Amino acid sequence: MNRFFLKPVSIRKQFLYSISIVILVSVICFALSEWMGYRVAAFILLLTVSMLAIIFDIFPVLVSAGLSALIWDVFFIPPRFALHVDNTEDAFLLIMYFIIAMINAVLTYKIREAENITRLKEERSNSVKLYNTLLNSLSHELRTPIAAIIGATDNLQSMPDLAKEKKDELIEEISNASLRLNQQVENLLNISRLESGHIQPKQDWCDIVELVYEVVKRVEENNPKRKINISISQNFPLCSTDKGMLDQIIYNLLNNAAIHTEQHCKIGISASCHADLLQIVIEDNGKGFVSVDSKDIFDKFSRTKDPKTSGSGLGLSIVKGFTEALGGSVELNRSFKEGSQFIIAIPVKTTYQNSLLSE
Amino acid sequence: MNKPEILIIDDEQQIRKLLEITLEGNGYTPRSASSAKEGMIMAANHPPDLILLDLGLPDENGQSVLRKLRKWYVNPIIILSVQKKEEEIITALDNGANDYLSKPFRIGELLARIRSVLRQSVSEEGEAALKFRDLEIDLTSRSVRKNGQLIKLTGTEYSLLALLARSNGKVLTHHYLLRTIWGPGYIDQSQYLRVYIAQIRKKIEDDPNRPEILLTESGVGYRFVSEN
Repeated sequence: MNRFFLKPVSIRKQFLYSISIVILVSVICFALSEWMGYRVAAFILLLTVSMLAIIFDIFPVLVSAGLSALIWDVFFIPPRFALHVDNTEDAFLLIMYFIIAMINAVLTYKIREAENITRLKEERSNSVKLYNTLLNSLSHELRTPIAAIIGATDNLQSMPDLAKEKKDELIEEISNASLRLNQQVENLLNISRLESGHIQPKQDWCDIVELVYEVVKRVEENNPKRKINISISQNFPLCSTDKGMLDQIIYNLLNNAAIHTEQHCKIGISASCHADLLQIVIEDNGKGFVSVDSKDIFDKFSRTKDPKTSGSGLGLSIVKGFTEALGGSVELNRSFKEGSQFIIAIPVKTTYQNSLLSE
Repeated sequence: MNKPEILIIDDEQQIRKLLEITLEGNGYTPRSASSAKEGMIMAANHPPDLILLDLGLPDENGQSVLRKLRKWYVNPIIILSVQKKEEEIITALDNGANDYLSKPFRIGELLARIRSVLRQSVSEEGEAALKFRDLEIDLTSRSVRKNGQLIKLTGTEYSLLALLARSNGKVLTHHYLLRTIWGPGYIDQSQYLRVYIAQIRKKIEDDPNRPEILLTESGVGYRFVSEN
């Protein structure tokens, strides 16, 4: 189908439109034919067919080309209202008309085909590039924890006399590595949900206070040495939003902060809701995003250039994708000097708890 | 009492092995089947005390296996589901599963679920009082005490808490709770549930923000937990 319509037009409608246009133009030309002569009418009809060839598929265009040739023959070439043509010159003109109209239709169609192919090729090469980046970053992100698991189990098997503390350390390694693997798989599933474009938020009433505490608990469990400071009013309205998606947004930002900042750094989350706009702020006093453009950080696979940090580069693009799917926005506050501060704003429906507590 | 027999139906050999070792080490007798067909034959020949059923079996849809089993099998069934498939879990609970675990799960969680559903199947109906940790629920006088102190609950709060506590350890879905406490017209009014759960937590939990008794099962429902 073609790109002149936002929605593809069915082939039946294409036939209907192109034939109607040819007939309309013919009627106008017929009305003016006394004044402009029948040969000019031929050019106008030819022009009409060429225009149709730009818009419609090949079959409707071929049919309109044939139809216009027939109309020109019957209604314009003397003698009028008869198929047969009087002089040889007009007969030649008619044949030429028919051939040019057909060539026109076919050529325009071919040019469009070629354009489509080029565009597809371009898209494909872009997706190959993306795929390669994905493979590079994933093979690193997945293999590191796998290597840790294999190495630790090998050690445990080959050294049965290892001191207890060493054994515990190795077991701890395995446990951490599997949690990291699990989170990577979760992120991959999320990114493929976003990529497929079939992401539909499931709106339900959500207790934001409960959600924030739940996510913080999970982040603290996965990063046992970190404490996250929560600042949220207990009298928070219920918000209608997709709890699972909001959970992933907050988890990714907090987990990022916990992984990429020094242990002594502070991490905090606060939430507020005014005029049906839910705002969540997540900040830390770490090094911030030094070597990367603030616009790029939400791009897929974009990572800071600091070689000491690791990551698949998926977390922030999931944050952005989910926030936008919820109709909201996320930004990195550039004026925040000490560390980094993310501000998420999501429009929500709210209801205050007190109004529901009547017995 | 004999060791409870647990039938594992899962096509993944690694998971079967892990479950077998875990169950054997914790006083259960595991048996395992690698397909829906084999599992149903084994369950029919010698009904186990509990079935651990994986929903992603290669030879038959897990929900249909569950429905077939439930036509005659009365002991508990715990389903194993892949992470984050809430609709699947809710459907399975509606189809007669007693509880669920989503992969990857922690062993502690697995054992707690097993203990809880096995306890329910032997516990007697019509208990007069339920006691959990420092919380005491008297079903005849409809009163709740924490550390011996009487707690003031509204009628709805009490009904909700008692319903969850009677199913101690078992997850109850949003729809089930809303239908039972508020009535069939309320099954989509989840805001009531959120508010009342928050209210009850403020009254019975040590730290309402870090609940240990009334737990949220995201996207599925709530669970009353009396053990650590």
